[in-house]
Amino acid sequence: MSSTSRWRRSLKKTTVIGAVGLAVIAGLTGCAGATPAAAPETSAADMKAAVDKGADLTLWTWSTNVQNAVDAFEKLHPKVKIEIVNVGTGAAHYTKLENAIKAGSGAPDLATIEYSALPQFALKDALVDLNKFGFDKLEKQFTASTWNNVNVNGGLYELPHNAAPMALFYNKTVFDKYGVDVPTTWDEYADAAAKLHAANPDTYIAADTGDAGTTTSMIWAAGGHPFSTTGDSTVKIDLADKGTKKVADLWTPLINDKLLLPAAGWSTEWYQGLANGNIATLTAGAWMAGTLASGVPTGAGQWRVAPLPTYEKGEKASAENGGGGYAVLKQSSTQKQLVAAAFIKFMDAGDGVQVMMKAGQFPSTVADLDSDAFLSAKNDFFGGQEVNKVFAQSAKDVLPGWQYLPYQAYANSVFGDTVGQAYNGSTTLSAGLLDWQSALEDYGTQQGFTVTK
Amino acid sequence: MTTVSRISRPLRTAARRAKRSWIGWAFVAPFMAAFAVVIVAPLAYTVYLSLFRQKMIGGNAFVGVENYTQQLTNPVFWDALLRVSLYMLVQVPIMVAIALAAALALDSARLYAARLFRLAIFLPYAVPGVVAALMWGYMYGTHFGLIGNLDDFFGITLPDPLSSNLVLASIGNIMVWLTIGYNMLVFYSALKVVPGELYEAAEIDGAGAFRVIRAIKLPAIRPALGVAIVFAVIGAFQLFNEPNILKVLAPNAISSHFTPNMYAYNLSFAGQQYNMSATVAILMGLITVVVAYIIQRVAARKEA
Repeated sequence: MSSTSRWRRSLKKTTVIGAVGLAVIAGLTGCAGATPAAAPETSAADMKAAVDKGADLTLWTWSTNVQNAVDAFEKLHPKVKIEIVNVGTGAAHYTKLENAIKAGSGAPDLATIEYSALPQFALKDALVDLNKFGFDKLEKQFTASTWNNVNVNGGLYELPHNAAPMALFYNKTVFDKYGVDVPTTWDEYADAAAKLHAANPDTYIAADTGDAGTTTSMIWAAGGHPFSTTGDSTVKIDLADKGTKKVADLWTPLINDKLLLPAAGWSTEWYQGLANGNIATLTAGAWMAGTLASGVPTGAGQWRVAPLPTYEKGEKASAENGGGGYAVLKQSSTQKQLVAAAFIKFMDAGDGVQVMMKAGQFPSTVADLDSDAFLSAKNDFFGGQEVNKVFAQSAKDVLPGWQYLPYQAYANSVFGDTVGQAYNGSTTLSAGLLDWQSALEDYGTQQGFTVTK
Repeated sequence: MTTVSRISRPLRTAARRAKRSWIGWAFVAPFMAAFAVVIVAPLAYTVYLSLFRQKMIGGNAFVGVENYTQQLTNPVFWDALLRVSLYMLVQVPIMVAIALAAALALDSARLYAARLFRLAIFLPYAVPGVVAALMWGYMYGTHFGLIGNLDDFFGITLPDPLSSNLVLASIGNIMVWLTIGYNMLVFYSALKVVPGELYEAAEIDGAGAFRVIRAIKLPAIRPALGVAIVFAVIGAFQLFNEPNILKVLAPNAISSHFTPNMYAYNLSFAGQQYNMSATVAILMGLITVVVAYIIQRVAARKEA
């Protein structure tokens, strides 16, 4: 008896594994031969019926404000319950998600996936293509750059939940004290770095120990396209292209002349430097406004926001630095997928957008970015400055066509091993970038990608 | 009685042997079940994993020993292994020497406030490794930490403990600080069981303090010493917490493959290369077993 049941169990296991394998193969071939469907497979009526019927969903996120949108949605649809679970932040969250996907069960119905990580999960065939709900028609509502972020290889895997246009955050009191002008070009930025440090050896233009997210965004803003994926298995990596070179040329002298405070982001030293004026500027996405206000409360009134400097005077160029959305997982049942899709539509393209904006979210929807109430909102932390005007302009100036690697999370994890070595003087920045490239080529090849230069 | 037993012995032994093989197993079954589930199964699964390769494109495939040959020719793996080996060769002798000196000092009974001394040395062991690494990481800071304060106060520039050249030594320092207390206690308890008559005899023979240490105390704690060294060596090979925490403060000085364990961890959790990670784990397990065995053999030979 026991031997039969053991047999049955192992048989069951093999069929499950086989089924998953088949599903993966089917998914891959499906991707390769995908033709855009003329009409969505499911109608709005299906979605409404599903929401009325109700479902209990699980949502994995480390976001602190998404609860607002969930509350609003549950109020509208009393039969829907969405439980928010925080399984970790950033890499820890993705590891858990990867594990659940690999295990074939245990994944949530909805999960936060940042734009930079989206290709990695989309290529794994773990996410539901939202085109099947007809969400491709929502394109006009969003900024071009965020829409580009959620489309991977012909599939739509999220709606843009927020935008993270870059800006220059600077401590006005420090610039005033030493009589240095706020830079509008990167040349001026380098001059300001030297002047500030000369005026006070404890003052630095920025803290930097090499951060993959910042560096890739800087390359983006410089017009670089170091990563591109064609089809679902060909990856092109060129970390010596024109844009990347511009960033290396700008940053190399700053490193060599020790004009950057060697404190890692979010470390104690970093917070102290921001609080006591030793770190004069930050280049980051719009979300940094909230981080600064909560992390450095004593800096209230001292900080301001300026457009990201450019390489040519008067040029319009910016990039995104972070941001992301919510994806529906394939492990979820059909009924739950419909409810999850309805929730995403509500939160990102419906009434939920206003709810999220009230909770401090920077929107990715064109109408809200252009609304007067949003643009003219005064931010007390930044001395009453209308910071959204700066961010909204930056969102419009984001250079098109950027792509992340389908294994960006891994890429970021070996950034310190390669590019980071330039910061402790064992190599140059350009050489470090090439080391990063070769590490990424090796990994890509090992993972079965065709890697070209 | 003797004759009977002599005649029937072969028969009986055979019967007993046949019986023992069943009853014996029944007795150890609870343990064997736990052993199979907790020890053998994970090991077997790790070996199984290490023979496959899962790719993002192309799925899972059996690759035989290819993962092993690839890791054994991978400079990154050797870099990590050499680093912990160097660390082991320096950290273990220093730690054992200090712990031994402290234990001998305690045992000499000539110490003033011996209890306080014992507690003070043991206290760091009670600090969780993670907390210790965070604490030391803060002290090592050259801008706002203790080193930074010393620099400011005395107007000097101390070398940066978190720079690429010094970070391994800085980690060794944390580990020495953490583990001396435990090892001291092991040595001290081994010394406590030395019979007092030996000391009396030595005194009658006119042996001095150092003669007593060399001829009585050290031989008495040699087994404890051997065990402590084996544990310290295994600990050195498994170095993970301290560098992994300090990496946040010194992201460029501590690479993602700083120690073999960090390498395996990052293969698995940053790169989803579970198969490679399993391979590194198996290789490190084998290397640790070999090194621990050699140390034990050397210790045993000296004893004999």
